[in-house]
Amino acid sequence: MVDLDFLKQKANAIRLNSIKAVYLAGSGHPGGALSAIDILTVLYFYKMNIDPKRPDLPERDRFVLSKGHATPGLYATLAERGYFPKEELKTFRKLGSSLQGHPDMQRLPGVEMSTGSLGQGFSASVGMALAARLDKRPTHIYTMIGDGEMQEGLVWEAAMAAAHYNLGNLTVIVDWNGLQIDGTNDEVMRIIPVEEKFKSFGWQTELIDGHDMAAIVAALDRAAAAENTPCAIIAKTVKGKGVSYMENNYAWHGKAPDETLARQAVTDLGGRWDE
Amino acid sequence: MSDKIATRQAYGETLAKLGATHPEIVVLDGDLSGSTMTKLFAKAYPERFFNMGIAEQNLYGTAAGLALSGKTVFASTFAMFASGRAYEIVRNSIAYTGANVKICATHAGLTVGEDGGSHQCIEDIALMRVIPGMTVVSPADAVSARVLTEKIAELKGPVYFRLGRSAVPVLYPDDATFEIGKAVELRPGNDGAIIATGVMVAEAVAAADRLKEEGLQLRVLDMHTIKPLDEKAILKAASETGGIVTVEEHSVIGGLGGAVAELVVRKQPVPMAMIGVNDVFGQSGKPSELLVAHGLTADHIMEAARRLKQK
Repeated sequence: MVDLDFLKQKANAIRLNSIKAVYLAGSGHPGGALSAIDILTVLYFYKMNIDPKRPDLPERDRFVLSKGHATPGLYATLAERGYFPKEELKTFRKLGSSLQGHPDMQRLPGVEMSTGSLGQGFSASVGMALAARLDKRPTHIYTMIGDGEMQEGLVWEAAMAAAHYNLGNLTVIVDWNGLQIDGTNDEVMRIIPVEEKFKSFGWQTELIDGHDMAAIVAALDRAAAAENTPCAIIAKTVKGKGVSYMENNYAWHGKAPDETLARQAVTDLGGRWDE
Repeated sequence: MSDKIATRQAYGETLAKLGATHPEIVVLDGDLSGSTMTKLFAKAYPERFFNMGIAEQNLYGTAAGLALSGKTVFASTFAMFASGRAYEIVRNSIAYTGANVKICATHAGLTVGEDGGSHQCIEDIALMRVIPGMTVVSPADAVSARVLTEKIAELKGPVYFRLGRSAVPVLYPDDATFEIGKAVELRPGNDGAIIATGVMVAEAVAAADRLKEEGLQLRVLDMHTIKPLDEKAILKAASETGGIVTVEEHSVIGGLGGAVAELVVRKQPVPMAMIGVNDVFGQSGKPSELLVAHGLTADHIMEAARRLKQK
């Protein structure tokens, strides 16, 4: 049985650490990190075959954060899972840190791909899935893309190739929070219909509530069981999830809260400032 | 040694041979395998060949993912698309990660010919050499293309390998050896140095041989590796010959000439002339006509060398 309460507690701890890391850095992308954290939690604490002590094991599953700006969420998850000490989160975005503004695989073990320039993590994931199949490894590749990221042409080149090569070992999760830097997806560049787009490219799809732990677990289980078809999980999420003043507000895509607002966020999440 | 063979032909044949001894080699192409000659590998090892269609960004993104999973990836298309269209993927997904991808780009330079300026890539050396960690190799003939294909397969990390469409003279004996980053002195001389790369090396040799009849002995260096640059050979040529002519089938901005100038101006300033495409686009025409029209022949090299000697 999946312990959903355990997953919820972990997600909350990760949210708290993400906010603190962004506050201490004085910059970063909290909104799109908070929308992704429930999914990250299920991947790292339930779904993926990984060992933080052996991050280079060839048969491990791989997670690629194609929406690389969500580093506060990724780093807090990796720290919670034991890839590095939580203390290191305080160095986020600072000179000489392993925790770069966008993920750098050459600096931080556990990061599977250096991303941040949108679309590229997805494309590299296609290569990782092909390599796993060539080597007959059980590796499954999980890739998270943003909704605005779907405006990149490269995303559809990668989607076409994954279907053409029948990459059943690739699952893409769309963090569909509906907002991007300049406004809503609908205002900036319409991306709907999302599910139908992936279907028409030959993908299996799932449409879920990206904050419902049980739904995330079930969708990832079905995706991993697909043999010859890549699967897209379209997860409806809330940007800034869990922090009252950040929820559904695109102004919090890429800025840090001051101390007052950071304290407010910690209170919203039921945490303690001095922890 | 009078046969003419395209460097892309030697590349394709060598890659197919390497497939037998290198099970980790995977080859990608973008619907041009018959032109880049990766079709030879595809025929021999179909399970390790992936045609990525007309989608060069994803071609190089996928190459990165395969390489970061332990494969040695040779990824080919035309130079225009490899270095131009896919540039930022090459920069961020391949070079920034240190991925072991060999970007083997054919149809570089004016000698693409009749297809015209849209397809004649004269900016790729500049674009690739400015990327940290990128090795840039540009073989002159079929023999060096073969040996250097073998060498880059052994080198860990990203490489840009520049190849031509047209058949060019074979300059080296079959058993010639090459080291990445080490220039080859094809002609000795102290009346100036001609430093050439790629298919222009043959023109440089022809120029030197004809100047010898006029009593001028020009040193000819085949600078098959543009990055890392053979600084020692260049500085030696500068100090011993007193003047340098660079020759490349590329823009005079940012390519071999730029790389040599950046070095000598800091460490051993000497007069220089740069032969290349003078900040204009190419056009349709026969390869030989284009080289004449854009000033890239032995005659032009001779003229530049004579003028330099008078300085």
